[in-house]
Amino acid sequence: MGQQIVNGVFLGSIYALFALGYTLVFGVLDILNLAHQAVFMLCAYFALLLVLHLHLPMFLAFPAAVLAGGLLGLGVERVAFRPLRGRADSNVSGLISSIALATVLEALALQIFGPDVERFPFGIVPDRTLHLGDAVVSELQVVIIAIALAMLLALTWVVRWTALGRRIRAVAESPAAARVLGVDVDRVIAASFFVSSALGGAAGVLFGLAFNNVSPDMGRTVELKGLAVIILGGMGSMPGAAIAGFALGLVEVFTVAKLGSSYRDAVAFGILFLVLVLRPRGLLGSRALREA
Amino acid sequence: MLLSLADVRRTFGGLRAVDGVAFEVAEGEVHGLIGPNGAGKTTLLNLVSGLIRPTGGEIRLGSRRIDRLPTHRIAALGITRTYQNIRLFPALSAAENVLVGSHLRREDPVWKRMVFWPGCRREEADAAQWALSLLARVGMSERAAERASTLSYGEQRRVEIARALASAPRALLLDEPTAGMNPTEVAAIAGLIREVARSGQSVLLVEHNVKLVMDVCDRITVLNFGKVIADGTPAEVAADPGVIAAYLGSEA
Amino acid sequence: MSGVGGLGDFWLTYQSTVAFVGLNGLLALSVYTTLSCGQLSLAQAGFMALGAYTSALLTLHTSAPFPAVLLAGTLAPALVAVPLGLPVLRLHGVFLAIATIGFGEVVRIFFVNLEATNGALGLVAIPQRAGLAGIYGALAAALFVLWRIRGSRAGYALEAIREDEPAARTMGIDASAYKLSMLVLGAAFAGLAGALDAHFSFMVAPASYSFGRVVDMLVYAVVGGSAAFYGPVVGAAFLTLLPEVLREIGGRLGLEPGPLRLFVNGLVLLLVVLFLPNGLVSLPRRVRRYVAGRRAEAHAP
Repeated sequence: MGQQIVNGVFLGSIYALFALGYTLVFGVLDILNLAHQAVFMLCAYFALLLVLHLHLPMFLAFPAAVLAGGLLGLGVERVAFRPLRGRADSNVSGLISSIALATVLEALALQIFGPDVERFPFGIVPDRTLHLGDAVVSELQVVIIAIALAMLLALTWVVRWTALGRRIRAVAESPAAARVLGVDVDRVIAASFFVSSALGGAAGVLFGLAFNNVSPDMGRTVELKGLAVIILGGMGSMPGAAIAGFALGLVEVFTVAKLGSSYRDAVAFGILFLVLVLRPRGLLGSRALREA
Repeated sequence: MLLSLADVRRTFGGLRAVDGVAFEVAEGEVHGLIGPNGAGKTTLLNLVSGLIRPTGGEIRLGSRRIDRLPTHRIAALGITRTYQNIRLFPALSAAENVLVGSHLRREDPVWKRMVFWPGCRREEADAAQWALSLLARVGMSERAAERASTLSYGEQRRVEIARALASAPRALLLDEPTAGMNPTEVAAIAGLIREVARSGQSVLLVEHNVKLVMDVCDRITVLNFGKVIADGTPAEVAADPGVIAAYLGSEA
Repeated sequence: MSGVGGLGDFWLTYQSTVAFVGLNGLLALSVYTTLSCGQLSLAQAGFMALGAYTSALLTLHTSAPFPAVLLAGTLAPALVAVPLGLPVLRLHGVFLAIATIGFGEVVRIFFVNLEATNGALGLVAIPQRAGLAGIYGALAAALFVLWRIRGSRAGYALEAIREDEPAARTMGIDASAYKLSMLVLGAAFAGLAGALDAHFSFMVAPASYSFGRVVDMLVYAVVGGSAAFYGPVVGAAFLTLLPEVLREIGGRLGLEPGPLRLFVNGLVLLLVVLFLPNGLVSLPRRVRRYVAGRRAEAHAP
């Protein structure tokens, strides 16, 4: 039981980190950025390259990859979202253009790296195990959970206590009003994408380390689970995404323990469905979701 | 009584947009709804037409309660409307917009179209004819084939009225139909409203143009802060001290 | 190409491409049906899977004639679309898209875990009962249905819902019923395509009915243009043929066909969304306008 909890928290921390990026952009722009999973994947590869070819230690490769993720996010915003800004159907067309960009990036990764699964070399992170009660935790898992929590807290701090955070919240509330108040809306949106994609990139590297899996389609499943997480947590709510991420991780692990692994993925979608049908607003979301 | 409202209430968050409104509209009556900005007039139209539900009270059409019905059922019972910020279908032509408005009057089952049923051609022609006749009624025949988004403001308002008339409604709700129109156009709309009422249809008219309202309405209800502050004939309302007080300070 | 023999070889090689143009056209139309009333539904991969598996199971385990098998493959997803649509069509925009993506995934996972159909391996050795005639017949039927709806009372109602659903409701249009009908129609198209595909490609496997598949269908519809009912078919044809054409070039540049196809799909979609939002079918009109504009400039004093 303790082991399940540990595993659930571990899985959940990665889901939470990924979903946070999704929900941040949705909260600010009312748009779902489906290129998020491509950034997730590319940062994992980037870190891998740094480690394999430049022989950087992980504690340097990780922040480098996170930074790269942020920069990539700026590119995504510039290419796929900004040109569509004035349009009436910008939510849907933004969704579609982000899918397009994700496809292009995935194709590039496939061409350059090939479809096979890559792994981070052994020993890149110390591999000792600890014992908590009857649970076995690897040092890697602890590190990952710690990093994820640290990033969640950092993001919360930024959004609640910094000037940038105030501006982000203003734009999320109403871009027009924010502009009138002198906020540089374009800059804020770009910054949101930077932060969101940095988180996504971090999630990618951690995922690659955690599951020993770096491949061009690693983003696909996580993307769909991420959707379930933000719906459960409430679109646009960051605490919601965090809580829902951990919740999903725990529920998945317990489901596998009780029902076997074949139903693992179905859990996320089952939850997605129930939430959308019964309480579309999710746990902590506040927007009216069924218009008129 | 065709349309009757009893203690209708609607709150948004903490705001009481409509706070216990009651009045009645008879068949063939032109009933004005006036009041300062924010008085709750458009909200009331939204409630009657079924775009939103009241948080309390009853709305009846004839003897039938309609406030809990789905929007399209309310329309089917004979209530249509125009909108304050004009909601024509931009990609459709003026005639096509009116054609959509006649949805309730048409019978054109899809299966008949699949088998090229002979009656379909005829039905389509009839429907087109009806749409054009309505456009003629509002003086928009020449621009029938133009895309709605290319029409001028006044022209769009006229097409919207034609569209609302297309299903031969029992009650027509007009939300500031003459905003932005010149006096000639306003007079034309006034004439049209009287004509509609003469044929037995009721009109609920929300307007800021007080002169028009005084001229064309049989009865007027005055709202302020979501409550009714006067209800009666134009003469009665014009003499009501509460109404005069409410309008002092806002352009009359 | 030397004479008739060469033409015959050419045909054999490209017959499957032609078949897939037809199938992809039908799939693109299945996404179009809901787009035409303003709904972005991405459940069609799930519907396709239901049609494929239902028909494949009937063929493998009964002696039902092919038309009956196709009918079953068309009706099964259409029936499922009703209980799906009732709760889900109350959602709008992105939320509807997500809910329908979820449905598609649930269907795929269901088949991955279903012992009776070999789970992830799927069913194989399905006799090839579908050929170009069947595929293009189905596509023509779908196009016919959509053509006849256009310009009818229902067709205008759908357009009205697409442009402004609340306003449409106030004109007596039962938007919920229309949206559900379009979802069911799209499900039927997708199921039919799935059944045909199963009987053309000899096999069905859950991996063919993933989120990526429905994204492909969406790409065809968007690239072709979703304002006209034939637009998606144009998009499907273009995007099915383009990689074939590029395969030659790509091979010489050392590019793998898989990534190349993906790259082209993504790039074309991106360019269309950014620069040609009404799709390829709007290109002639745009070009004409551009030429007329230049001509006017040249003649200006």
